[in-house]
Amino acid sequence: MIQLFKPRAPTEDHVLLRWALTLLALSFIGVFLILPLALVFREAFGDGFAAAWTAINEPDALSAIRLTLITAAIAVPLNAVFGIAASWAVAKFDFWGKGLLVTLIDLPFSISPVVSGLIYVLVFGLQGWFGESLRDHDIRIIFALPGIVLATIFVTFPFVARELIPLMSDQGREEEEAAVSLGASGLSTFWRVTLPNIKWGLLYGVLLCNARAMGEFGAVSVVSGHIRGLTDTMPLHIEALYNDYQYVGAFAVASLLALLALVTLTLKSILEWRYADEIAAVHHH
Amino acid sequence: MSLVIEKVTKEFGRFPALKGVSLTAPKGSFLALLGPSGSGKTTLLRILGGLEYADLGHVAFEGEDWLTIPARERKAGFVFQQYALFKHMTVAKNIAFGLEVRPRRQRPRAAEICRRVEELLALMQLDGLGGRYPSQLSGGQRQRVALARALAIEPRMLLLDEPFGALDAKVRKDLRVWLRNLHDRLGLTTIFVTHDQEEALELADLVAVMNQGRIEQIGAAANLRNSPATPFVAEFLSGIATPSPSDLSSSLASIH
Amino acid sequence: MAALAPALRWRNPSALPGFGLSLGFTLFYLSALVLVPLAALVIRPWEIGWSGFWAVLSDPRVQHALKLSFGASLIAAAINTVFGLIVAWVLVRYRFPGKRLLDAVVDLPFALPTAVAGIALSALYARNGWIGQPLQQFGITVAYTPLGVVMALTFIGLPFVVRTLQPILVELNRESEEAAATLGATRFQTMRRVILPMLAPSLLTGAALAFARAVGEYGSVIFIAGNLPGVSEIAPLLIIIKLNENDYAGAAAIGVIMLALSFVMLLTLNLLQAWTASRR
Repeated sequence: MIQLFKPRAPTEDHVLLRWALTLLALSFIGVFLILPLALVFREAFGDGFAAAWTAINEPDALSAIRLTLITAAIAVPLNAVFGIAASWAVAKFDFWGKGLLVTLIDLPFSISPVVSGLIYVLVFGLQGWFGESLRDHDIRIIFALPGIVLATIFVTFPFVARELIPLMSDQGREEEEAAVSLGASGLSTFWRVTLPNIKWGLLYGVLLCNARAMGEFGAVSVVSGHIRGLTDTMPLHIEALYNDYQYVGAFAVASLLALLALVTLTLKSILEWRYADEIAAVHHH
Repeated sequence: MSLVIEKVTKEFGRFPALKGVSLTAPKGSFLALLGPSGSGKTTLLRILGGLEYADLGHVAFEGEDWLTIPARERKAGFVFQQYALFKHMTVAKNIAFGLEVRPRRQRPRAAEICRRVEELLALMQLDGLGGRYPSQLSGGQRQRVALARALAIEPRMLLLDEPFGALDAKVRKDLRVWLRNLHDRLGLTTIFVTHDQEEALELADLVAVMNQGRIEQIGAAANLRNSPATPFVAEFLSGIATPSPSDLSSSLASIH
Repeated sequence: MAALAPALRWRNPSALPGFGLSLGFTLFYLSALVLVPLAALVIRPWEIGWSGFWAVLSDPRVQHALKLSFGASLIAAAINTVFGLIVAWVLVRYRFPGKRLLDAVVDLPFALPTAVAGIALSALYARNGWIGQPLQQFGITVAYTPLGVVMALTFIGLPFVVRTLQPILVELNRESEEAAATLGATRFQTMRRVILPMLAPSLLTGAALAFARAVGEYGSVIFIAGNLPGVSEIAPLLIIIKLNENDYAGAAAIGVIMLALSFVMLLTLNLLQAWTASRR
């Protein structure tokens, strides 16, 4: 006798409830996430592709794009090196104070981006600790590229470290010990044994680090000085355009960053689906 | 005497892993460190391999001050309990590793490395598996790759940490005999750690029974069984059947 | 190898190389980048002494900004707790076309730059915006009001609850639910008495993370907020205003207060979470 319908398993929800919750979840995500994203592209290209292109091709926008790219090109590799060094120290050795170190690394995530920028102004700004001596030597950190890079580094340095520390801790030390017992030097061991094992986790961390570095707004806003064509990164330029009621221009530049976000999400998902074991054992953002 | 261990002491934090351990072993012998978990046997093995540092004590091997030599330069082939194979490298690359990382002057040519790898693959009865990855091998095969890798560097001593622990009984028995055979052929000083009394007594020339960081007794298998020095040794070694010569030869036959 | 008095050792020496180099570089980076600037933050307010600090704290404008930042963050975190639970449940327990896409989209607030989110949300909820306009018919104004701030902070905090819950839900032992069913409980009772208590600690963790992120949020909020002092001005903006007025000490004071308050709230939430976790 063929069963015409399957009775509901005791741990399954009622079909009406399933529909209701699914629709609720979809609407929530739709309203809060999809709509804003759609709006960015609609406003950018609503007047046609040409209008958006003109806005992006304009000198101030181009220099903002350049500044953003340069900042990321400096901050991301530095933070990657830091992430590797920190996770090597934490994962392959035992020492007192490890927990404190890991907490310190997590610190930027608990600080407001504006405060992140503020602390550099307090050190390097005109009325900051080194303000006078910097001015005497005609070195500009705040309101110039170095300040922007510093603030960006601060806000994004945890990303790579937080991916690699659990990953390398999970992988243990045995392969490296084996390499050393077979006669490999430190560099050799890292290059031939450790790096291949962490490459997807490293890529993942660099991806997140880069997305944040290019999109950082609050911290950079404090240290930048907002000099158009000089110290405006893309997010700051977007703010300037928007406050000037140049909506097409603002959303056109914003759509570039939104596109970057979508590419980041796609790559992130691909890495997560295909290399789940090689990316962090414990995942927390 | 070739290997002289003198009053080696090691503490992890406040936990005393080794409390003044001493032993001597002649060159080329097959020594077993036998004991329950926590007895310090693995710690001692790792100190011999340079993976841990002793707090106190000396070790001399073939006349050299062993503990002052860095792990990299010791040429102590170490086989880990979980094999620690380089999972992203093929079997051949794993075995070749120790030769490829040598400084340029001491590195054999590529063709020579290839030849040695092939030789070891044949010796370990892994012919044709050079291109496989560790994840594609069985436990017994991985074990032999780990051994081949350690032997490739022409080590002065061979250190094995519970080499057969993760394998099932039949494979374990076969590999045991095969390891003994290998040792006899190569004449390498071999030290292995185990908690399995049967294994230790069957394989080793010299067995050191350890407990809570100390050596309770060290001697040939027969001596330990017939005249245990302490109650611990007596109890630890109780209830083991002695393999007869016919058992051994039938095991030998079965792996060829 | 000579003796190293074990009691004085702070690390177990290892055969692996590179300890000095890696730890040294790490500590240098952290000190230069984090510790020294943070020290500047904590020390600066003392320029104006206790009285100055107190003056800042009791300034009504500052008080209102703090209340807005913390209050709106709390409400946003609460909304995200409820809906985050629903989204996580749907993603883990149900199957439907496009589920994987939905799962990937949840991370959008992590990846999207805050300025982009900020102008998008502002345009969305403006009086003539896609959502703002229909709401306007009902007399609800979102843009330039605290409500707008809450909407923006909900966007920002959305992934935290979902991502914290998902792994827990995946590992959740179905057997407890099955046992409850065999004992005669309805799904609703099972949910309330069995499942929710098991999820409570991670719900709280996710809420705490969302809250912490929202309190300091700047970019997503300033466009939609309207920034009217005493009405819709958030604390981070006040810091920037003080900096522009060259009142470094005042800015630092607000920064320190924000850090301290966040620390206290997080500590409370952590204790609460530990308490619920230990009640079993």
